[in-house]
Amino acid sequence: MPRLPAPPLPKILQPKPKRPGEERNGAGPVSPVEAGITVVDWIDERTSLSPALRWLLFRKVPRGINWFYTLGSATMFAFLSQAVTGVFLAMYYRPDASGGAYESVRYITDDAFLGQFVRAMHKWGASVMIILIFLHMARVFFFGAYKYPRELTWIIGVTLLILTLAMGFTGYLLPFDQRSYWATIVGVNINAGGPLIGPYLADFLRAGPEFGATTLSRFYAIHMLLIPGAIVALIGAHLYLVTKLGISAPPWLKVNAEPESDQSEV
Amino acid sequence: MNQAEKEAYLREYSILKNEGKPFFPYAVAKDAVMAAITIGVIIYLALMFGAELGPKADPTTTTYVPRPDWYFFFLFEVLRVMKNVPMFTPMATIGVPTICMILLFLLPFYDRSPERRIERRPIALAAGLATIFAIAFLTYSGANTGSPNSVDMKPPSSFTAEQVATFNAGKLVVGQSGCLACHTIGDNGNNGPGPPLTHIGSIRSAAAIASTLRNPTPPMPSFKGLAQQYPQKFQNLVNFLSELQ
Ligand code: HEC
Ligand code: HEM
Repeated sequence: MPRLPAPPLPKILQPKPKRPGEERNGAGPVSPVEAGITVVDWIDERTSLSPALRWLLFRKVPRGINWFYTLGSATMFAFLSQAVTGVFLAMYYRPDASGGAYESVRYITDDAFLGQFVRAMHKWGASVMIILIFLHMARVFFFGAYKYPRELTWIIGVTLLILTLAMGFTGYLLPFDQRSYWATIVGVNINAGGPLIGPYLADFLRAGPEFGATTLSRFYAIHMLLIPGAIVALIGAHLYLVTKLGISAPPWLKVNAEPESDQSEV
Repeated sequence: MNQAEKEAYLREYSILKNEGKPFFPYAVAKDAVMAAITIGVIIYLALMFGAELGPKADPTTTTYVPRPDWYFFFLFEVLRVMKNVPMFTPMATIGVPTICMILLFLLPFYDRSPERRIERRPIALAAGLATIFAIAFLTYSGANTGSPNSVDMKPPSSFTAEQVATFNAGKLVVGQSGCLACHTIGDNGNNGPGPPLTHIGSIRSAAAIASTLRNPTPPMPSFKGLAQQYPQKFQNLVNFLSELQ
């Protein structure tokens, strides 16, 4: 079976070459590490995934990349945290306006094991994600990273921003306490006052002209299926473009008139 | 950017990229540290502040002040500021946000200069800072002025100190009770379905107002519950309305 060429890892992460005495002659049990490698090779032989992974992981990033460039991936981790805590909340939540929704959230908050903690993580995670997404956008804006050839990355990003805010809006109704109910009524009415699609959007959100029994399950479906699905797909597209085009260099970096590599060869 | 500038950028970028390091593990290490900090902050906030659950939603009361989550304060604030000009209200709510959204989407298409250093992009710098300050200011004032329900009115200067006190106390109850959804008081609130209350004190006696609040004609909701649970608040409300001469 052809072996993959070694990835360009830094020295400390590379496996040490075997000492002469250590050589095994193919006999004896396979070590766990080698078994793992065999499994990876087996999968790779069938899927050819590894070129994609190498393309993703061992691409170069320009020098001078600083901490501001971590804001995008931090946003993604906040989203993943929302996804995980959201799954646990969905195990207990019941989207039933006529009795059930509020009680199930009360159960999560007061009785379920670690329920209040998971709910609090989901709630505060939303704020953290919103802050991070705005910071990430500010870094992209001030670094001019949305310019050619990264315009499409920016457009997908704006869509992600809108979807993230929509997550905040739809999620706010779900606990179905006074605060969330009245804030959402006002929010939907604001939509209804908008131009062109405003009234239709409001009708769609309410599931009819009135705020009714199906409104809550509609918000729930939008909040936990529709928008997260769209966000996952768009993050995929966003990251594909980032990898394909390369992460932009800090704007203050200039190419040396004589590239360093040439000098070292002289 | 014209074709030459695009090619120049791509050439320069490919050199900078080649001088760089592989994404794994160098950039991944920083991302991992940042991810750990992010999760740490979320856990810290969750442990410190928890998640409260208010009283159950009750569609039959209008006695609740709608409050969105803090990151929508700036939108509510736009609504509150513009609502005094009825013609602007649709503009203020969906109109202005829609325009901002379109401007954000199209940014790479109207900002076409090849310059990327922010100190050499004065218009972008000014616009970026102005946006940040505007959103920060609107969020701040949205957090402090309460909901679009609050009554923005000064007591007449002829009032005694005592009258001013009841006026301000009652004004608060009106804001909390959602009367402005159906009535105007001065420049505040929606005109209809209820009649304007701006001069209600000169039309009705305090006793008549109180009995209307207890037993109103539908669609106005009854405030009997308020009168029983918080007699003082109810009294402030009635006093305030009868002071509206
Ligand atoms: C759902 C909408 C609605 C809300 C909320 C509402 N009202 Fe009314 N109100 C009405 C309507 C409609 C009428 C007219 C009823 C009628 O024709 O008799 C009315 C009548 C009144 C009247 C009698 C006016 C007159 O000329 O006799 C008073 C006083 C009044 N409301 C005060 C209040 C106060 C104070 C609040 C808040 C605590 C409030 N309303 C909340 C709809 C509302
Ligand atoms: C769910 C939300 C988002 C996620 C998970 C996300 C993720 C990322 C990641 C991981 C990167 C790599 C570089 C970096 O971290 O800075 C990136 C780059 C980028 N993002 Fe986002 N992003 C999101 C939202 C946005 C938004 C709202 C915008 C702008 C409106 C945006 C525009 C861009 C652009 C233009 C780049 C390329 C930057 C460069 O090459 O230097 N993204 N994004």
